[in-house]
Amino acid sequence: MGAYAQGSGEQLNYINCEKGFWSWWMTIDHKRLGLMYLVSILTFFVIGGVAALLVRAELYSHGKTLYNADTYNIIFSLHGIIMIFLFIVPGIPATLGNFLLPLMVGAKDVAFPKLNRLSFWIYVLGAAVAFCALFLRVDTGWTFYTPYSIQNRWGVITMTLAAFILGFSSILTGLNFLVTIHKMRAPGMTWNRLPLFVWALYSASILQVVATPVIGITLLLLILENVMGVGVFNPAMGGDPVLFQHFFWFYSHPVVYIMILPAFGVINEIIPVFARKPIFGYRAMVIASVGIAAVSFMVWGHHMFVAGMSNNTRYIFSFITFFVAVPTAVKVFNWVGTLYKGSISWDSPMLYALSFVFLFLIAGTTGIHLATLATDAHYHDTYFVVAHFHYTIQGGAVIGLYAGLHYWFPLMFGRMYNEKLAKIAWLILFIGFNGTFLPQFLLGMEGMPRRYYDYPVEFEPLHKISSIFAFFNGLGYVLVLVNLIHGAFKGKKCERNPWGSLSLEWQTPQFPPAHDNWETIPVVTDWGYSYNKPAGYDDHAQHSASKGGSTHV
Amino acid sequence: MLQWIHDNLISRMPVQASEWAARVDWLNDFITYISAFCTIAITAVMIYFMWRYRRKSETQQTEYITHNALLETVWTVIPTIVCIFVFWYGFEVYHEQRTPPANAEEILVEGYQWGWNFEYSTGKKGSGELVVPLGKATRLVMRSKDVTHSFFIPSMRVKEDVLASAYSYLWFTPIKTGEFPIFCTEYCGLSHSGMLAKLKVVEPEVFQDFINERSAEDLPPAELGKKLFTQKGCIGCHSVDGSAKVCPSLYQIFGHEVEFADGTKLVGDENYLEESILNPNAKIVKGYPPNLMQSYKGQLEDKELAGLIAYIKSLK
Repeated sequence: MGAYAQGSGEQLNYINCEKGFWSWWMTIDHKRLGLMYLVSILTFFVIGGVAALLVRAELYSHGKTLYNADTYNIIFSLHGIIMIFLFIVPGIPATLGNFLLPLMVGAKDVAFPKLNRLSFWIYVLGAAVAFCALFLRVDTGWTFYTPYSIQNRWGVITMTLAAFILGFSSILTGLNFLVTIHKMRAPGMTWNRLPLFVWALYSASILQVVATPVIGITLLLLILENVMGVGVFNPAMGGDPVLFQHFFWFYSHPVVYIMILPAFGVINEIIPVFARKPIFGYRAMVIASVGIAAVSFMVWGHHMFVAGMSNNTRYIFSFITFFVAVPTAVKVFNWVGTLYKGSISWDSPMLYALSFVFLFLIAGTTGIHLATLATDAHYHDTYFVVAHFHYTIQGGAVIGLYAGLHYWFPLMFGRMYNEKLAKIAWLILFIGFNGTFLPQFLLGMEGMPRRYYDYPVEFEPLHKISSIFAFFNGLGYVLVLVNLIHGAFKGKKCERNPWGSLSLEWQTPQFPPAHDNWETIPVVTDWGYSYNKPAGYDDHAQHSASKGGSTHV
Repeated sequence: MLQWIHDNLISRMPVQASEWAARVDWLNDFITYISAFCTIAITAVMIYFMWRYRRKSETQQTEYITHNALLETVWTVIPTIVCIFVFWYGFEVYHEQRTPPANAEEILVEGYQWGWNFEYSTGKKGSGELVVPLGKATRLVMRSKDVTHSFFIPSMRVKEDVLASAYSYLWFTPIKTGEFPIFCTEYCGLSHSGMLAKLKVVEPEVFQDFINERSAEDLPPAELGKKLFTQKGCIGCHSVDGSAKVCPSLYQIFGHEVEFADGTKLVGDENYLEESILNPNAKIVKGYPPNLMQSYKGQLEDKELAGLIAYIKSLK
């Protein structure tokens, strides 16, 4: 790829080097694939978000507000299915991960660029099948629990087939990332210098590769049972419905960490840049990421404390679950520790990152109520759980995604969004989000069950508050998306590396990066967190294994 | 003021009507206060740092601090200790919740789409209202007729799924008389949110009289029907005043014209009402999907069926 377009003198980057739909559809460039994933998942985010607002609107008052119970069950199921399978599971890894991983490790692309394109095509196919299923009135929730899901055979078969197809996309992306991280690191990019976002992708990829096949097999069994009448999960055919829950959560619990670990990674990258400090406790952060990934395979039973497992199984799962809390707490302490004696700017990516820390504190600590057996027996399947996982997934993974988008936006588009609007949108989003979900913790305490179309009238005041703030939450996202889309096309062109990051992805010869990232593969001499490192500082005498030098390349 | 915050914003648990409810709530408050303390303290430190170390110039120097082994050990060990304590206390209370005494009063619970049936040790049956004796351990042995449900009594702090493939159980000792709500908390379809029941805690003597009392009381038919209409859960789906619910309202059905999905019409009479109770899919009212209602064939005594019809007739 030539560095300059003929005649115009304008630099060619990955966006303007080729034009037309076909050049995007057939691309094997990880950056273009990342952008296409981004457009796709944000489209589904909007659809899932509209469904969420419809749910909140119906729940605004006791009794029928807008539509009937049947419609409600379909809409809340769509919200869950779209948000989980089409938006947040591909989420950060498929978008920011694809875009950044090769740049961060100093490679020209991922290890298998064509496989990467295939992953995207599979995602599109899965999304198309899911779209068809929308017309078959799926009303099972995103969990497809048997035997209820058997009562709505065709809708569920089509939707699970979509999830099955989407699973392959996840597995191939994970595999691609693992090989890239092992084999494609530039000279000098040792494991001890690897950006923490890459470590997070590494942990999440292991989960994708190992856990996703289990849901694939489960959904296949569900299809077999429904089409061929093999009794597996259906008690009427001698099957065991609890077995389905075991299989389902064996995948779906690790998948929570596929969503959240990359968000942790994003925060790990943002805080050092905007505090001009090395990340505090790098090694502890790495151990925490990998540790959370490992423990996440052994705690699926906490979704089933009251599902009819043996009592001893419940006790053991509860005990192991507490060990997720420890590495998570360590991460929070390290983020705050990084701020100490820093030079902290209040740009929008940092506001997102720091609000993430606050929201995740609430998400994490309310997780303790649910890990504890005696209190979980009360909270299980109530609004407390709804609030808890929206704090982890929206407050964590989604806020992490938007933090990352605001931070890497200049690198992706060579342009800048409106910073003032970004801050206003963040504030509305932050207030709207907390206003929506804090009351739901209280509803859960009072005993309000989840997935209820209607509720006893005493729950009404808190539902009203939650519904009103939900629309502020939605307004926040509208402003964020308008600002980012406008910025991508019409934003002010910006200088390279506007935040002054030392991380490798910002050091490409062209800005935004050219099609193949680097003309020559860079040689890395230090990690990407050496802000204001004293001359002659010997990391080796500490523990981070780098030798001298304070800049990249 | 502090008490108001505690009652309204921190601990909105329902009334403590079981023997262990106070301990569950103590543990819950303990976790909540520790959590709130950590969240507020860490956030305060974060905001303080944001202000204290705000960027004043682009060339502002920062200190190069990569880690601190002692500090990191401390903030790993302390949360571990707190977590183990919380686990242990939660385990201890829950272990008791899973260990019913041998002399507990046993009641069979059957969940179906969408209601609850109960059968007491004397063979007495009931639905929609679970009656239990005050101060005596009660053990519920539960099974589902169709899909997975979950039996949740907030005031007792107990919940357990109800399966079609195996029996499950829960137990509690009520310490307060009165009526308390029961919810289904495992999503089970159209009327999941209407799958409610009432727990009625009564003095032990009243309970003994209740389970020994013969069914189909000597009430006038329409009054028996009215009682059954609530007990059998009809009221969850059908209104009696013409307002909209999941199923057609029964107000002014008798003696008035009813239009069906296939375009045919009929004036509501006793035979139509009986058919709709025993074979609900025979005629589908226009504007409603089929298969909303299960058949009550075999679940009603003749007198009860007659009573329900008499009650519906009275809704003029």
